[in-house]
Amino acid sequence: MTATDLESQSRPDLRALFLGFSAVGLSGFGGVLPFARRMLVDERQWMSAEEFNAQLGLCQFLPGPNVINLAVVVGKRYRGLAGAIAAPLGLLAGPFVIVLLLAMLYDRFGSLPLAQSMLRGVAAVGCGLLFAMAWRMGMALKDKPFFLPFTVLTVAAIAFFRWPMPLVMFAGLIVSGGIAYWRLGQK
Amino acid sequence: MSLVFELFLEFALLSCIAFGGATALLPEMQRVVVENHHWLDDTTFTHLYAIAQAAPGPNVLVVTLIGWEVAGLAGALAATLAMCLPMSVLIYLLIDRWEGFAGRRWQKAISLGVAPLAVGLVFSGATLIARSADLGWAAWMLVALTLLANLRTRWHPLWFIAVGAALGLLGLV
Repeated sequence: MTATDLESQSRPDLRALFLGFSAVGLSGFGGVLPFARRMLVDERQWMSAEEFNAQLGLCQFLPGPNVINLAVVVGKRYRGLAGAIAAPLGLLAGPFVIVLLLAMLYDRFGSLPLAQSMLRGVAAVGCGLLFAMAWRMGMALKDKPFFLPFTVLTVAAIAFFRWPMPLVMFAGLIVSGGIAYWRLGQK
Repeated sequence: MSLVFELFLEFALLSCIAFGGATALLPEMQRVVVENHHWLDDTTFTHLYAIAQAAPGPNVLVVTLIGWEVAGLAGALAATLAMCLPMSVLIYLLIDRWEGFAGRRWQKAISLGVAPLAVGLVFSGATLIARSADLGWAAWMLVALTLLANLRTRWHPLWFIAVGAALGLLGLV
């Protein structure tokens, strides 16, 4: 068919999928989704910006690590099942090894007072980055008067009462999703 | 039940509620790993989060570190796989039908409805790390400065990590 003919020019093979996603995995700190976009859309042009957004939709809709989901989708699109395995494998392999090397260092030296104080500093920064991420996500919410209260309730349930998350998510999603459904009907 | 299998099962279950990715899952991971199973103590959990921040790669790799500390290489592989596999399989099967779901009213409602919950989860994760890292006033200053600088500037996160590590080494936080 014509569509596949057009695509075949820049159609990545398994090696390209693995290496492309490896580069993405190794380049990002604190989330690699922006790097995935740059690689797929700008650098290698495996997909257009519109295609990227459309494919990302389901990845963000489902739970689980979004960027892994995205790698599965892109891999499947170009090389079927083998591609759907090669792409996420590429994404994870490099960082997996690095993280394990760090873990070995931690096992060897982590109990030293110097390492402990260093990690305390990193944890404080990591905590600040998390608050920043929450702030940014909160600012991006639509319809804040209706939905921000659910953020507060979630914090109360999870951080304060320490209720189990499956329960909180289930109940929260029914009410919050219900309100969203109703609001969508009003427009 | 073997430890590795148990680890796999727990993280596979966690992955199915990981709206907002692995970061939003921090509070529940801490509950399961530290409070329920006593696989790790609070300090180690916080340290692993700190290490994951300093390493490149998807956020999900904090799970790899937890798996490693609990059950070595087998644990690292099991936890990582468990976190990625269930939704990968589901998305593999669903993606071709996604066009049919996208934009439907129920689909939009779930996306809109889940967003404020994810914000709350990430915020909870931050308070949890703060609590178990047992921060003093200087460390809280660092948290506040990081928050402000990260929101106001486009500095690379690695710079923040490096500054945190240096201040920690100097014994200032």
